[in-house]
Amino acid sequence: MLLPRLLPLLALALAARPAGAASLDPALLKGLAAEDSGDKIAAIRALTLAGGPEAATVLQALADDRLQVSRERILIDEGDRLRDAATGEPLARAPGDVEAITINNRVRRVAEGSLALLRLFDASRSVRAQAAEALGGTVTPELLPLLERALAEEKVRAIRETLEIVRARTQLGSSEPALRLAAVKALGAGGTLAVRSLLAGAADPAGEPDAAVRKAAAASLAAVDRRLLLADAVNRTFSGLSLGSILLLAALGLAITYGIMGVINMAHGELLMIGAYAGYAVQSLFRARFPGGHDWYVVAAIPVAFGAAFVVGVAMERAVIRHLYRRPLESLLATWGLSLVLIQAARVSFGAQNVQVANPSWMSGGVTLLPSAVLPWNRLVIVGFSLAVLAATWLLLTRTRLGMFVRAVTQNRAMAGCVGVPTSRVDTLAFGLGAGIAGLGGLALSQISNVGPEMGQLYIVDSFMVVVLGGVGQLAGAVLAALGLGVASKFLEGVTGAVVAKIAVLAFVVVFIQRRPQGLFAPKGRAVES
Amino acid sequence: MEVRPPRRSLLRPVLAATPRAGWWGLASAAAIAFLVVPALHLLVPPSSPLHVSDYAVAVAGKIACYATVAVALDLIWGYAGILSLGHGLFFALGGYAFGMYLMRAIGHDGVYQSDLPDFMVFLDWKAYPWYWRGTEHPGWALALVVLVPGIVAFVFGWFAFRSRVRGVYFSIITQALTYAAMLLFFRNDTGFGGNNGFTDFKRIFGFPVAAPGTRVALFAASVLVLLVTLVVCRWLVVSRFGRVLRAIRDGESRLVCLGYDTLWYKLLVWTLSAVLCAIAGALYVPQVGIINPSEMSPANSIEIAIWVAVGGRGTLVGAALGAVLVNLAKSWFTQAMPELWLFFLGFLFVAVTLFVPDGVVGLVRKVRRRRRAQVPGAADPDRAVEEVVA
Repeated sequence: MLLPRLLPLLALALAARPAGAASLDPALLKGLAAEDSGDKIAAIRALTLAGGPEAATVLQALADDRLQVSRERILIDEGDRLRDAATGEPLARAPGDVEAITINNRVRRVAEGSLALLRLFDASRSVRAQAAEALGGTVTPELLPLLERALAEEKVRAIRETLEIVRARTQLGSSEPALRLAAVKALGAGGTLAVRSLLAGAADPAGEPDAAVRKAAAASLAAVDRRLLLADAVNRTFSGLSLGSILLLAALGLAITYGIMGVINMAHGELLMIGAYAGYAVQSLFRARFPGGHDWYVVAAIPVAFGAAFVVGVAMERAVIRHLYRRPLESLLATWGLSLVLIQAARVSFGAQNVQVANPSWMSGGVTLLPSAVLPWNRLVIVGFSLAVLAATWLLLTRTRLGMFVRAVTQNRAMAGCVGVPTSRVDTLAFGLGAGIAGLGGLALSQISNVGPEMGQLYIVDSFMVVVLGGVGQLAGAVLAALGLGVASKFLEGVTGAVVAKIAVLAFVVVFIQRRPQGLFAPKGRAVES
Repeated sequence: MEVRPPRRSLLRPVLAATPRAGWWGLASAAAIAFLVVPALHLLVPPSSPLHVSDYAVAVAGKIACYATVAVALDLIWGYAGILSLGHGLFFALGGYAFGMYLMRAIGHDGVYQSDLPDFMVFLDWKAYPWYWRGTEHPGWALALVVLVPGIVAFVFGWFAFRSRVRGVYFSIITQALTYAAMLLFFRNDTGFGGNNGFTDFKRIFGFPVAAPGTRVALFAASVLVLLVTLVVCRWLVVSRFGRVLRAIRDGESRLVCLGYDTLWYKLLVWTLSAVLCAIAGALYVPQVGIINPSEMSPANSIEIAIWVAVGGRGTLVGAALGAVLVNLAKSWFTQAMPELWLFFLGFLFVAVTLFVPDGVVGLVRKVRRRRRAQVPGAADPDRAVEEVVA
């Protein structure tokens, strides 16, 4: 965010330096006016090695086509006046025979690379980081000393790491086998794809004549590959877990309602959507009323998302679902109808387009485990949040009177009614609870994906798969199934691509349900058929 | 109805299954489809108010295909109690199978004027994949229309029914099946045109696809398929086979205890239903001029169920009627007030399941029964018999 705004500022600061601070050797500058591009490049390198802000000013002017020459004197065009590049003195009046110095793209690339190199000495950390990234393959062996100096002065670890790779890359281009060998060995400590491709080049007999360097490169390559593989596994496991934790929140409610009422709620995905839109509404409210508290809107949205989905769930149960307890197939259709109505209602009130829900600042960024394995905070928070909701649900179901009623009705509705459990109220509350949990899932989802009217539809099939896999009314089964499905599909995605992974997971569930129609943790004993 | 005619010819019980009133209905539908509509479309000039427009013929043909699908679903849902939420898959498979022929019939008239369909040229494919082999012959394509969905349904049904997956579980996995197939067909690599599917058809059996004569012929063929489907399904459900199906619906465990192997009954009716859908799909594609993976979306399949529910399940004719009513409403809504259509459809789902579980046909019967009940002494007739007598 800050960088694009900073860069022009920096260029301005460089250009507007007070005159006469220091001077450059005119002999260094003379080459810039040479006819031949090769000579120009040599002059740029010499100037870069001399270093300092004056050199940067001149190179910036060169890259901006503002450099002029008058009788071997190099001048910088500053719009309203000319300035002598060597002394920094402004010229009282323009000489008559000024000629612009034109450069081709090759020279321009070299000039820009050199500018980036000079920016490595900037005071601002972000400018240095940006410059280090921009360096890429532009540093030639002649400029190595400057890079070494930058490395010696650099304190920030991330920038150092980038620079070390740049250095190794530069050394790889040198004609000294010893330098190349050192570079290859240094690169063995890296863990990114860029390093890997450099090493692959160095291990290739077509590109590397020296056998010792090739051997060292192959060893480093293996080390980098191991690290990449590990990082990949970490990334996939983690994104699988975070997907699984969303599925878990979606499936928990589904498992409760199916367990207690035998009703599969096709509108469950839309309860996710309601939770996500509740998050959006709270965010809009905070933007309008408390702009300072934007970072905490997510916390305020938690009860709102739960409440909104709870109310809709209770209304659904009272109006429609309780009349369909004994007709499971019809309840599929009726709840599907409800989902259509909810989707269209969201479309009418929030528009058909996706809405933007921003992460609060404390959720952006991530924890870096390995160079290419970063765990984003928003996903970490979601995993933690899901576990908290799971724990709360478990406590509610096992430690409270309502939970006991819910379990009783799940096991035997008629008997529970006989001993005085208010089954109808328990149904309503349990359905509302399942809906509320889905609302929380939707809020979590809004932090990592798009919020739109159709978002629930994307997750509904997956959450059915979780319920089917986990077995109905089984919390432990749902947890294992959700996390397992999440991780499995992320790993498969790496091997086969997202679509085939999804198909494979669906196929697996279809086969699984045929082997074990009761789910992972089948109830013991003989299942009584209706 | 209990007196079965001696089985001398196969046709006689088929014909006897439909009552006389039913035959009158079928005959008048046939007369409209085969005589009145073609005459009004082809012979009456467009300026006349009696003229039936291209659009009307296309919509009517499309709805006839939908009605066939609804009857096919009613056969398994209304009689065997198997609710499939994946019948759109078989419909689309039939459409794709016949679409392969239609794509090859374009010949060199595509945008790139190549031997291959445009989408393959676009993907830089040099030859047809193996599964396209022979699809230039309409006969083989028609065979595929029946074979592919039939085999898919048979294999899927065999696994599902053998492991006694039933009720909502079965519905959910059929939904997963069509969802997975949709994802598969969305991929360009699958070789069926990805997102865009098949379109821009030029000719069918040598006739231009958009010509009035071809349109009318396709419409008439769709109605014929619908009528034949109705008659055959009717015969099936009043036969002994049909009674076993109803017994499966009402108490499968008891039937198993009585020594019936329900697997084969379910498998047969399930596969038949899938094949009927596929035939309807094959007729649907040349009439709407496009087939793409969105036909396999779970929403489409579940909509079929609401057609059946609106008309009345377990009545066959009701299913066809429901398909016609809902789709006419859809055509009207999407033109007049598109944003209200989903509200209407959603409330229709809820209202029908809550208040009219037997659909329009059920409602009519109830009214009739009440009228009859006013005659003193007339008992409420048994529902099972009622169903058979239409």
